[in-house]
Amino acid sequence: MQFTIEVGRYNPEGKYDERAVAGKPYPPPWDKAAPRRYQTYTVDLPAHAVVLDALIAIREYQDESLAVRCACRSAICGSCAMWVNGHAHLACKSKLTTFTKDGKTRVEAPPSMPVIRDLVADMTPFWEKHRAVKPWLEAKQPEPPPMEEYRVPNAAMEELIQEVSCISCGACLMDCESFAVNPDFLGPQALAQAYRYAGDPRDAETKERLGAYSGPGGIWDCTHCYECVTQCPKGVAPLEQILKLRRLAVDAGFTNNAGTRHADAFADSVKHSGRLNELTLLPRSVGFFNILDQLKTLPSAFNMIRAGKFPPLIHKSIPGVQRIKNIFARVGGRFK
Amino acid sequence: MTIDHDVLVLGAGLAGMRAALEAAREGADVAIVTKVHPIRSHSSAAQGGINAALGEGDTWESHAFDTIKGSDYLADQDAVEVMCREAPADIVEFEHMGVIFYRNEDGKLGTRAFGGASQARTYFVGDITGQALLVTLYDQILKAGVKVYEEWFATTLYVENGACRGLVALEMITGELHLVRAKAVIDAAGGLGRVFEPSTNALICTGDGYALAYRAGAPLMDMEMVQYHPTTLAGSGFLMSEAARGEGAYLLNSEGERFMKRYAPNKMELAARDVCSRSEVTEIAEGRGIDGNVLLDCRHLGADVILKKLPQIHEMALDYVGLDMIKDPIPVRPGMHYQMGGVKTDASGATRLPGLYAAGEVACVSVHGGNRLGANSLLDTIVFGRHSGKASAAFVKGVAASRGGENVLQAEQARLKELLARPYTGETHARLRLELATMMDKHCGVYRDEAGLTEALRQLSGLKARYEKIAVGDKSRIFNQALTFALEVGFMLDCADAIVRSALERKESRGAQSRTDYPERNDAEWLKHILITYRTGKEPELSYAPVTITQWKPEARSY
Repeated sequence: MQFTIEVGRYNPEGKYDERAVAGKPYPPPWDKAAPRRYQTYTVDLPAHAVVLDALIAIREYQDESLAVRCACRSAICGSCAMWVNGHAHLACKSKLTTFTKDGKTRVEAPPSMPVIRDLVADMTPFWEKHRAVKPWLEAKQPEPPPMEEYRVPNAAMEELIQEVSCISCGACLMDCESFAVNPDFLGPQALAQAYRYAGDPRDAETKERLGAYSGPGGIWDCTHCYECVTQCPKGVAPLEQILKLRRLAVDAGFTNNAGTRHADAFADSVKHSGRLNELTLLPRSVGFFNILDQLKTLPSAFNMIRAGKFPPLIHKSIPGVQRIKNIFARVGGRFK
Repeated sequence: MTIDHDVLVLGAGLAGMRAALEAAREGADVAIVTKVHPIRSHSSAAQGGINAALGEGDTWESHAFDTIKGSDYLADQDAVEVMCREAPADIVEFEHMGVIFYRNEDGKLGTRAFGGASQARTYFVGDITGQALLVTLYDQILKAGVKVYEEWFATTLYVENGACRGLVALEMITGELHLVRAKAVIDAAGGLGRVFEPSTNALICTGDGYALAYRAGAPLMDMEMVQYHPTTLAGSGFLMSEAARGEGAYLLNSEGERFMKRYAPNKMELAARDVCSRSEVTEIAEGRGIDGNVLLDCRHLGADVILKKLPQIHEMALDYVGLDMIKDPIPVRPGMHYQMGGVKTDASGATRLPGLYAAGEVACVSVHGGNRLGANSLLDTIVFGRHSGKASAAFVKGVAASRGGENVLQAEQARLKELLARPYTGETHARLRLELATMMDKHCGVYRDEAGLTEALRQLSGLKARYEKIAVGDKSRIFNQALTFALEVGFMLDCADAIVRSALERKESRGAQSRTDYPERNDAEWLKHILITYRTGKEPELSYAPVTITQWKPEARSY
């Protein structure tokens, strides 16, 4: 079958083929990303071929100057995460027939990462985040003797296999909407690994970890866009791991932060009126006396007023709110 | 730029990182040079597990015997003893580091069965054991603060006065060549699968470590012993873990028959890999294959076992042949998988070139001899990675830092500059590599004979002549992969040459070496290792080394 591949090219030395056409600048929040030039190739491959097959065919027989990282070709090594039609995927797992849109497949290094060359992204931010969560076991003392393992139930190990399945391809971070606007956000991969260690019964520093992950850039900076769950090629579902960390952190008493207050305010409002009181949500989240952070949101408030999205000043309960309260009572726990 | 360290490790797979960690623990200033990020290393593709005689009723002697029998008695038994005695402590150490090994009902480490083993002694994490070990070890490297030069491609070892004192490497992201000096170098650069097409190996397994050590003067040993894995996926050649058969999967021919009963009536599908691969080739040759494949049947294992214990290969079969192992048998065939031979070392990892150590697939200790047992390769990497880290750290204490090497750096700069400046000749890395690798699979695969191997040698000489004219189709400085691919083809040609010459030399059938013109094992003449030594401008020199026998006398091998 004939496939048409449009490759986003980038060469820091400015060496481009004349067939490479300048692309449009990326829209915000990626408007600072280096502009690419797009070069179109045609390849003849079997119907079941994947995007990586096409890229290898191009680089081997059409254009040796195309730079792309790849190794295992079977979704194990994590090298070939890139944008395919505007979302992060492993090139080796993306079938060309599935990803052919309007007669072509477009691939490029994601604008959310610095680019080194062509499809080769600079993954430094990704690896720094991974390291920042202290991704190693701080073994519980006393360690068993050298010839004895920690005795733990298999279920506790199976609980972590989902996070250990992470191949560090970075697809989740590439498409993470919080990371796009907040480079300090630890991001889905690192936080999934954070859970992998915080959730390990052999780890001695669970509490310290949960405290650290509850700070700025941590678990509460995720906005639940679900991109990481959608894009992860290995089913790691980082968002689910972030939610597990939040539960553990709150249970461990790490509640003095905007994230927990936000969740509490949300729950309180729903409990009392059956719906969200958006006017009190912000002050309760950042703190009633934290005037500075409240003022920072003024531009957004004006935009909301202009767009007719400002919440009503008088907050009314929904009819039958008692039934909502009954639900809270039944669920119990923190929001009883 | 010139950089100095005590110990320099080439390669960041399991062997390299384990070596670096040990050298760091011993107080050495250690760094790693690797052409890919450590997490991209091919160790992550090891699926099934890692062997150790740790369970009740199991003994290191039993593990050693299975390994030696599996090797067709070519393994050095003193080295096998080291590996099998130390295996339990090494596995437990990785458990303490955080590997989430499968547990039994008591919460203790649990096992699965594997080929060629008399006991179920394979410890595992689903079918991602290699990945689980690699990630854990990488995180330990981060914790220990070991310096890693990522995406630095080694072009030559630096040898001064007959000792290895570092290497020259190309920093991909800047295109600059650097001299990295060290008092000792540990070659842990991994396998050479790309010398064969198809292969289960990643595109990065290009034999760099073999060729670099060989050219520097360290002899290679047992290079004819190339393992074909019995279950590689039709078409792509991806690995379908032996864990499938360990969990009870069948091999079927076109008549739906479990044909292994005719070749290995006792162990059936869990015979050693060389035995299974030969049986499959025979079935296919006698007309009982299906489009050049046999079938791997997991259906009777049930969805629960498949999804919990074999999830990765289940997904790969879905992705790459569109078949669901729960409902369908999967077409598989033997495919090149592993090089038992390599840079000859002793049990401390020392090669015959002073200052150069080797560990992992690139090394030949020799613990695998003529045929490696499944789940012994991960073990090899961590046991002998540790030994080479420890031994090199001790070695460097008595060595003064080198002050030279600038001439080697300049020579490499000139060599690469010339290579880049060559006009287009039509000889490309891709064409040469594919011709080489297809030829190797044809003439140096599961079955070999003198005519085929002689033809291989003749074709190799043609390919080498053409390689002299190879041109690089990328003139950029930054991240020039065409340049490194061209250098890799040079490495692969050296590896192929050593493999073919060794295979031609061994006039018997033993382990992975099956000569149709010499179908029997011949202990009287060939119970010995073949070593091959590089000589500039001349044919390489072949020599022999005795096999160390401690307590297991060679006997007939059947499963």
